[in-house]
Amino acid sequence: MVISTTSTDSGEHLNSTFASRYVRSPVPRFSENGFKMPENSMPKEAAYQVITDELMLDGNPRLNLASFVTTWMEPECDNLIMASLNKNYVDMDEYPVTTELQNRCVNMIAHLFHAPVGDKETAVGVGTVGSSEAIMLAGLAFKRKWQQRRKAQGKPCDKPNIVTGANVQVCWEKFARYFEVELKEVKLTEGYYVMNPEKAVELVDENTICIAAILGSTLTGEFEDVKRLNDLLTKKNAETGWDTPIHVDAASGGFIAPFINPELEWDFRLPLVKSINVSGHKYGLVYAGVGWVVWRTNDDLPDELVFHINYLGSDQPTFTLNFSKGSSQIIAQYYQFIRLGFEGYKNVIENCLENARVLKEGLEKTGRFVIVSKDVGVPLVAFSLKDSSKHTVFEISESLRRFGWIIPAYTMPPNAQHVAVLRAVIREDFSRTLAERLISNIEEVLKEMDSLPSRISTREAHVTATIHEIQGGKPDGKPLKKSVRETQEEVTRIWKRFVDGRRTGAC
Amino acid sequence: MLSLKVNIPNSNKSMMHCNKKAAAKRKQSSLVPQIAEALKSSLVPLSMSRIEPQLCLMKPTKKKHNVIDVEKTEADITLRRSIMVLSKTASESDVSVHSTFASRYVRNSLPRSAFESVLAVVIDDPRFKMPENSIPKEAAYQIINDELMLDGNPRLNLASFVTTWMEPECDKLMMEAINKNYVDMDEYPVTTELQAKAFIFANIRMFVMLKQNRCVNMIAHLFNAPLEESEVAVGVGTVGSSEAIMLAGLAFKRKWQNKRKAEGKPYDKPNIVTGANVQVCWEKFARYFEVELKEVKLREGYYVMDPVKAVEMVDENTICVAAILGSTLNGEFEDVKLLNDLLVEKNKQTEWDTPIHVDAASGGFIAPFLYPELEWDFRLPLVKSINVSGHKYGLVYAGIGWVIWRSKEDLPEELIFHINYLGADQPTFTLNFSKGSSQVIAQYYQLIRLGFEGYRNVMENCHENAMVLKQGLEKTGRFNIVSKDHGVPLVAFSLKDNKFHDEFEVAEMLRRFGWIVPAYTMPADAQHVTVLRVVIREDFSRTLAERLVLDITKVLHELDLLPSKLLVAAHKNGKNGTVVKKTETETQREVTTYWKKFVLDMKTNRNKIC
Repeated sequence: MVISTTSTDSGEHLNSTFASRYVRSPVPRFSENGFKMPENSMPKEAAYQVITDELMLDGNPRLNLASFVTTWMEPECDNLIMASLNKNYVDMDEYPVTTELQNRCVNMIAHLFHAPVGDKETAVGVGTVGSSEAIMLAGLAFKRKWQQRRKAQGKPCDKPNIVTGANVQVCWEKFARYFEVELKEVKLTEGYYVMNPEKAVELVDENTICIAAILGSTLTGEFEDVKRLNDLLTKKNAETGWDTPIHVDAASGGFIAPFINPELEWDFRLPLVKSINVSGHKYGLVYAGVGWVVWRTNDDLPDELVFHINYLGSDQPTFTLNFSKGSSQIIAQYYQFIRLGFEGYKNVIENCLENARVLKEGLEKTGRFVIVSKDVGVPLVAFSLKDSSKHTVFEISESLRRFGWIIPAYTMPPNAQHVAVLRAVIREDFSRTLAERLISNIEEVLKEMDSLPSRISTREAHVTATIHEIQGGKPDGKPLKKSVRETQEEVTRIWKRFVDGRRTGAC
Repeated sequence: MLSLKVNIPNSNKSMMHCNKKAAAKRKQSSLVPQIAEALKSSLVPLSMSRIEPQLCLMKPTKKKHNVIDVEKTEADITLRRSIMVLSKTASESDVSVHSTFASRYVRNSLPRSAFESVLAVVIDDPRFKMPENSIPKEAAYQIINDELMLDGNPRLNLASFVTTWMEPECDKLMMEAINKNYVDMDEYPVTTELQAKAFIFANIRMFVMLKQNRCVNMIAHLFNAPLEESEVAVGVGTVGSSEAIMLAGLAFKRKWQNKRKAEGKPYDKPNIVTGANVQVCWEKFARYFEVELKEVKLREGYYVMDPVKAVEMVDENTICVAAILGSTLNGEFEDVKLLNDLLVEKNKQTEWDTPIHVDAASGGFIAPFLYPELEWDFRLPLVKSINVSGHKYGLVYAGIGWVIWRSKEDLPEELIFHINYLGADQPTFTLNFSKGSSQVIAQYYQLIRLGFEGYRNVMENCHENAMVLKQGLEKTGRFNIVSKDHGVPLVAFSLKDNKFHDEFEVAEMLRRFGWIVPAYTMPADAQHVTVLRVVIREDFSRTLAERLVLDITKVLHELDLLPSKLLVAAHKNGKNGTVVKKTETETQREVTTYWKKFVLDMKTNRNKIC
């Protein structure tokens, strides 16, 4: 008390930040007036410090191996981003160059994906906030096209559906629910964690607006066989006359395949692929907040969805769900394209794959893991415990957090949900040193866990007993009476499994 | 750190040679760490033979890009040798005198360096292919930076409400947070705590709960949401008001559908009632989500939605009436209270239960501070949701908006997604998934930094500057002020006499001074009125206001001296009875003028305003 009086006497601006009253009084979150905005202003230094201090507790993005999203960029690019933070992307009139850069990016991506664009033509595509928006736009275009076709044929158009694998990202489900389209999922089977093209084509009916294939499944990073899907669908289309198209969700694989597997046919080289989305903020190597969707031709994007903006006397068509947004991510994407070029991207991706291989070999050497991910695909390592009767991958994930690593563990979608895996995503900034470090930390965790009593076995005993009870047979002939606590634990476990079984929001 | 292959095997000797020639030791010592860094990061063993000959010739401090250079072809090496000679002669006086723009990247136009072939590909080639090879990061930075110079200056852009200036402290915070993905809630518990608080322990009905957050709660309180002491507000941070509006609209649509289904009535023809002065995103919402947009027409002198007419248009298929707090055209607040009262009456008669949404994109952060007694928010019972742009008078850079619902019941559960991310349940209702978290942090910064007092000061200041500008314009005696004193701080004005010169010419002339002041025609039924609009943002100071008045006066003087474009055309049409024969160009020009006007009428109006 005495101290604070003297310090205020000498003038507020002389106070050191940590001795000022602003850090001593509670921030709105804890204050007694609930969540209201504070009555009075505070100096900017204090506000900065209060927020930075709290942000210290956030995880280190660089050690987060859960997400594909870029966490490191060159300082030069940081400068560019900083300089363009105050530019609004939609002010095309005022910032024509920014708009131009976006168009150039779209064209570069379209060419990378072999869009059949003529010499003097420009590609059809748009920059978005992320793949979610991109997918909604692509889905909306398919829906509208299908509706138009059905209307022209005089057939009902109120029950559209879309066919995908059960391994899709949650935003497809979102699209389906928000835009009233039924989602038909192709179930997975153990050991085969991507959409089966045969089964997918079987699910197609006259109301199918499109099949969505995934290049780089979020679960295992595997590429789906788009070529086979295209061939099967071509045949089916020829038989039925339905003309069902394909969308490729290349959110993570779109910047992998063209550089590493240039001969793999998954893009516009296949005639039924009408649109592709790709995340700029994944292997496009830009910070979170940029995605792209590219259409094969102008005809694949219904005109009625496009809004026209008069842009410096010329007509700038737009098709987005967001309006005002920052333009820094677009500029950063352009920076990466011209800075790295084809060669640079290839080097980065090759390096990622190499590091993924090092990690994979290290994990195999421990002899405790089964590698679920494939060598061809997105650079990630998905692995499950060979023997999860004593300890689960969830425990490993928790223990690794103590070392600072964020490696998620999750169960596979329905029909394969008894498999739980850990997934480490290898990004540009994950160096070989870090890979080696991670392996040694995993080894430590394993050793430590071996010395611990199993958390499961103590509980598992009565669960197996319950199962036997339900099946009618009792293992040792004696009925097991459960304590209240045991019952609670059991219910919790079942709920937990239920929750785990829901779609994981891996991104 | 990418693709750093510094290898010119045959340059070993010349390297040594250069080393001797290079006199300044300072130069060498500053080079070595850079080289080491470059080599270390490319995982190439440090060996002097790999360093390019050019390194020791060029000035290190200003041309770092030469140090960290990319793989060179044989042709390039030859090219570099020739450049070496050039730069040597130029540098004979003193290397340190060289500026960046004297480097080969800028000077060299004859042979095509790697850098230039990139430029050529990018600029000349209409196909815009990705360049084959990498270029140094400094060069890439410079190319883009230089091109961006041609963009307008955001600070002088008076067309947009979107914030263009923030305190440097906040810039720093944003930059630090830029590599955090907003959606990874579990990884970055605090960032998401700012926006959302997971409910796992607090509430068993976790599936019902939307993410709540400090910002949402503060804004909800600001809008007088009927919240109990410990109750949390229902709302979400979005990329902008467009997303916010789509989410709010979707919630209304789904609620209406559910109600109609329960009543056993058809639910395939939803519509929404708004004024014709709405932003383009309402149109977007209507078209993408298949809802009919019923617009209340405007008339001259009354540029906002007429509540009486709006309520007349409501039918059983109306999902909501959208009112605008701060019309984009003239900043006027619509009379939400009257709308509410009329609609309450109508709902009583028809039992349709039509709700109201308030699009407070620009006015949401004005009204609570300047007009606290104005009832437009959750104090009115029919207002079920409100959206506000954080990047307008929320004083944050582009990329943030908010939508708040009155209560949990107003947001249908089926629209909320629950994502199990790393064991934590994450309820979400957004159209975007991954996005940067810096804008949320910046919004929080502004809210706690400025507080109620600070926001009020900023808004009062904006209002005062608007008044200064308005009075200055009135003093010229040439303009009619279309905007109201009461509303969003902007000044919309039209020429009293636009027979000789119109507002578009004034806008064009102002560009020469650097000002971006848009001119546009009003929507249907008032489209013969053209206005100029100046938005007063936080960073538009009184000095700038006075300067603008001065420049407008100058423009008017200049225009008075010019012959009227319109009059010339009129004369040629033969005012004095004689029919003047038009030349081909004249006819063409005339047709073009009409078309241009038509196109402008169609598009300029709403699309440009944001």
